[in-house]
Amino acid sequence: MSDTRVNPAGGLTVQSLKANPRQARKERLIRDCLGGTALVSVLISGLIIWSLFSEAWTFMVEVDWGSVWDIGWFPRRGIYDIKTLIVASLIVTGIAMIVAGPLGLGAAIYLSEYARPGVRRTLKPILEILAGIPSVVLGFFALEWIAPNVVKTLFGGPAAGSLLAAGIGVGVLVVPLVASISEDAMKAVPMSLREASSGLGARKITTTIRVVLPAAVSGLMAAFIVAVSRALGETMVVFMAGGAAQTAVYTHDPLEGSLPLTAGMTSLARGTDSVVGEGLTFQSLFFVGLMLFVVTFALNVVADRFVHRVREQY
Amino acid sequence: MEQAEPEASPRLGLDIDRKMQAAVPNSTGDTVFEVEDLNVYYGDFRAVQEATFTVYEHEITAMIGPSGCGKTTVLRCFNRMNDLIPIARVEGRLDFREVPIYDPRVDPVEVRRRIGMVFQKPNPFPKSIYDNIAFGPRVCGMAKKKSELDGIVEQSLNRAALWDEVKDRLKDSALGLSGGQQQRLCIARAIAVDPDVLLMDEPCSALDPIATARIEDLMQEIKNDYTIVIVTHNMQQAARISNRTAFFTAQLDSTTDQRCGLLVEYDRTETIFSNPSDERTENYVTGRFG
Repeated sequence: MSDTRVNPAGGLTVQSLKANPRQARKERLIRDCLGGTALVSVLISGLIIWSLFSEAWTFMVEVDWGSVWDIGWFPRRGIYDIKTLIVASLIVTGIAMIVAGPLGLGAAIYLSEYARPGVRRTLKPILEILAGIPSVVLGFFALEWIAPNVVKTLFGGPAAGSLLAAGIGVGVLVVPLVASISEDAMKAVPMSLREASSGLGARKITTTIRVVLPAAVSGLMAAFIVAVSRALGETMVVFMAGGAAQTAVYTHDPLEGSLPLTAGMTSLARGTDSVVGEGLTFQSLFFVGLMLFVVTFALNVVADRFVHRVREQY
Repeated sequence: MEQAEPEASPRLGLDIDRKMQAAVPNSTGDTVFEVEDLNVYYGDFRAVQEATFTVYEHEITAMIGPSGCGKTTVLRCFNRMNDLIPIARVEGRLDFREVPIYDPRVDPVEVRRRIGMVFQKPNPFPKSIYDNIAFGPRVCGMAKKKSELDGIVEQSLNRAALWDEVKDRLKDSALGLSGGQQQRLCIARAIAVDPDVLLMDEPCSALDPIATARIEDLMQEIKNDYTIVIVTHNMQQAARISNRTAFFTAQLDSTTDQRCGLLVEYDRTETIFSNPSDERTENYVTGRFG
């Protein structure tokens, strides 16, 4: 231990300022462990993408491309009309965002700008609990309540599953997500900007629209992206309430039932026996997965570009 | 408007106020703010007790005192900025040009359009320089045409001695300006809506001495058109620029055992700094306390 002490005669030496070797080893070990965990998660993602691409590649090489642009999605009969799935997915996601966008943003504005602290303290956790409702519950709700009471009564559609019912159901599912992330983004806008605005004689709604929302736009966009990704990837609600049980023929009418990407995969993947063995049925699953990946990825890129253009950094 | 006040004001300070008035150059002698027995509470906590003083037109009134003495709280009452804090409550009389601004019929938004505010930390919007200045006029619907708005922007920046520095980059973000420039931008932004009064809450505390000197010069220039009330921690600043000074201190309230802001003395600035009547003021301005 004597070499770690200051030399009593000659004062400070390099030796006395050297790192304790045990401490240094421990530090390195911790760093390597944490680096290892980061590496593992990257590796897993890489493997997922690899398996997705390789099987999808087999499908794309071997498939008769005429059957990828056909009347509907009937993989067991060798008819893989991909536009049926993509269009159905986009319709459901679009409807979901029409429902969740205004509702979620309105709730966020209320909570962040208007609600008294006590109200906010009560409502925010409730909202976050809502985000944890299992999607199978909402799927059932969409099929049993939204379809007969909203789709049939208001829009004259079928009381059974339809893209509209599924879209509204997914919308309800992502409202808490949109509201919660948007509220966080708006709360993060400095109070001093609100004070500056009201000091100039701006009303609360003016301050919100012209100061808070522009300053929070990157967070709002993040909320939107997360919600869209969630809506595109949502499986249970669209499978239960989207009318997948009845039909898989191409349609772009929201009042009809159809098969979004995720529901298409689910309906194929019920039990491995029914998937493996019949031509390209198994590989088509990965092709659909790849399409889902591409759509979500493209959306993220577009949204990111948009945020960079309109962002007001504070 | 008179309903709140019975006949002649019983306040003994009135005659003295008139005499003090005559000695201040520039001043029109008109009263801008009449504060009487002002109490401000945050929940159960009393932040300011029974402040009584008068702010006169086209003067610079300074509020000085140690931290926690309630001077900023009083300042934020003048344009009802305390309304933004849900638990804040104001009692007593606060008349702006003889109108009690805490009357339930008064809209705080209308008050704030007439009483501008500059904050401690420069707080430009994350928008362009032009849009920062144009914000108020746009919100208040002051300019109908683009050319009118351009005129207001140029005039405001000119008055805040910032035009020459930014005229070639009006479309650039205001956040690219230096701290001193940002604060002058905030002053220009407040002036753009042509307010009657300018409230300044330690406007130089985040600035270096050169930027501070520029802001002080600016205040001297614009005080012919505006009444200015400034909170400052810097006693030299109060002595340099203000016509009148209010000295606040924090005093232990014996009933609640909490510290509460108290207006100790209000007078001409020369008097406060050379011949104060209260010992606490003397101790503070000579640096023996605070």
